[in-house]
Amino acid sequence: MVLELQKPRPIWQIMFSTHHTDVGLLYLITSLAFMFMGGALALLLRVELFSPGVQIIADSMTYNRIFTVHGTTLIFLFILPSASAFGNYLVPIMVRFKDMAYPKLNAVAFWMIPPAGALIWLGFADFTWYAYPTYSVVSAPGPAADMWIFGLKILGVSSILGSINFVVTIMKCKHPDLPLSKMPLLAWAYLTSSLITLVAVPTFAAALLMLLTDRLGASGFFNPAMGGDPIAYQHLFWFTFHPEVYILVIPAIGFMYEIFPRFSRKPIFSHSSGVAAFTLLTIVGFASWAHHMYATGMSFTEKTVFMVGTLAAVPASAMHTFNFLATMWGGRIKFATPIMWAVGGIALFFSAGAGGVVNSAMPLDFITHDSYWVVGHFHLFVMGTILFGTVGFVYYFFPYVTGRMYSEVLGKVHFILSFVGTVLVFFTQHILGLFGMPRRIYDYPPIPEWVQMNIIISIGAFIIGIGMAIFLVNLIWSSAKGKPADMDDPFGLGGKYYFPYQAKNPSH
Amino acid sequence: MSGHSTWPEWVYVGVVIALLCYVGAEAWNIERIIEHVPEDAEIIKVTGQQWIWTFEHEDGTKEIGELHVEKGKAYKFEITSKDVIHSFNIHDYVVLLDAVPGRVNTVWFSPTDVGEFDIQCREYCGLIHYNMRGTLIVEDKGA
Repeated sequence: MVLELQKPRPIWQIMFSTHHTDVGLLYLITSLAFMFMGGALALLLRVELFSPGVQIIADSMTYNRIFTVHGTTLIFLFILPSASAFGNYLVPIMVRFKDMAYPKLNAVAFWMIPPAGALIWLGFADFTWYAYPTYSVVSAPGPAADMWIFGLKILGVSSILGSINFVVTIMKCKHPDLPLSKMPLLAWAYLTSSLITLVAVPTFAAALLMLLTDRLGASGFFNPAMGGDPIAYQHLFWFTFHPEVYILVIPAIGFMYEIFPRFSRKPIFSHSSGVAAFTLLTIVGFASWAHHMYATGMSFTEKTVFMVGTLAAVPASAMHTFNFLATMWGGRIKFATPIMWAVGGIALFFSAGAGGVVNSAMPLDFITHDSYWVVGHFHLFVMGTILFGTVGFVYYFFPYVTGRMYSEVLGKVHFILSFVGTVLVFFTQHILGLFGMPRRIYDYPPIPEWVQMNIIISIGAFIIGIGMAIFLVNLIWSSAKGKPADMDDPFGLGGKYYFPYQAKNPSH
Repeated sequence: MSGHSTWPEWVYVGVVIALLCYVGAEAWNIERIIEHVPEDAEIIKVTGQQWIWTFEHEDGTKEIGELHVEKGKAYKFEITSKDVIHSFNIHDYVVLLDAVPGRVNTVWFSPTDVGEFDIQCREYCGLIHYNMRGTLIVEDKGA
């Protein structure tokens, strides 16, 4: 790349390019746009829940539609594309190839995202991001539900195409002098998360088709009135979406593996331990899907099996945390914005993991399941870990894309507001869950503890919102007026970087 | 990446695995105990439908939205649904199980305190999911 803003090109040259850095830029801008849109929806929800009774959302159906689109947008239109964005920039450079293995396929995979996003946002479905039958079959209003199904179908194909591209680029186009064991850990992150995608996502693609034909009345796979079983959908769904958690989190861990050694001015504590942990997660991630379903009436044996499978995934995550801390230990750390986000990310990752152990223990799951505990738990992962890693990496990447530096002060203010807000919102949600508040409710009775905690959560959410507004200002203002970056060493750290702007073959 | 010792990582991973083994074993043991239904448990049929709970006692009495039980007795819920998936929840007694159409799920409990407790739906079931609530009334017949 390319330095778009210093050497301007007509926008259509970027849009119709198949070069990996151009596709990466498109992915990045799209995903950040969806991040702000999805976050705005979350603020609407928090205003509504500020206190019991109707606040700004007139009816429960609108509220249900908003949380559905909030979740769908941030998972499928922000986290997945933002991972692809940095993968496109860096994987070919890290494996020393001129481009992705299939540049046209790469562009096709990106251009499936805007239509899918349009289907999801224009439909505005209401059946939650996991669309459980029988509600989604017999009760969810169309055409919103059908548009959501088609949107997700397109996104599924897009992420499978993208994953094929990453796997082939890494396995087949890697420079012969670079053994797989010496490949940077971020490239390992893309290899493992892409392999998970290829195994996991087709299952959900099949389930979506069955859901669609069920809705059309042509089949009854999940409809008990026609002899089907709604629990079968949940198995198919979670077989994809528990591994999906690792698809989402592994690239964020990979970002941290770039940031920590760079800003600690010290090599990674153990490269092989990072590789081992990624590989372990890839395999063990498939042994835990039904821990989302203890309350569907599973037998004691089934629950035991999936509890053991879930607990088995914990040591791998713990190895990453150890690796990060040991890398920082004794390093000459420069606390610039990117490493602050990464440090905040591991603190929240650790908390989320500890909460996850509680969920997976069978008797305790019946206290936390489908309560606000779960909302707090998975948001600590998707916001506390994945968004923190990603936003840290956006700051780290900013000079390479724009040729300018972001405002360090605004970046740190953004971090502090986000960290404080995240702790306020999601730690409080854990406690609120223990007090029994179910998730996905539009209104709640005026139980004093619930009211107090909802007020705290809403205030925390507004703090995050202010931080995100500062982020947006920083991105726009600094890319136009920021001070020019020293492209050889933008953070003044010394040492060797991967220079995205030195990508080969810059336009074709 | 040589030149430093790796034993702290092994110790750390060992401690994590030991903790997880403890949590797993303890959870297994407790779940085994609490899933054992007492022989004399009275059966209450619970049916979820959009957006109310109905209850049927062993003697045929039916209740809607309210459930009367006696302190100290054991009850076994047989939970099902007429339309979409709901989740039957009495949070104060950690009773939580999905009401799935076409299936009957069972869970038991024994109330220990007299009073009124909230019954709610914990699985998204549509328009009025937020208000699919009921009341558990525990009475002390012996007193």
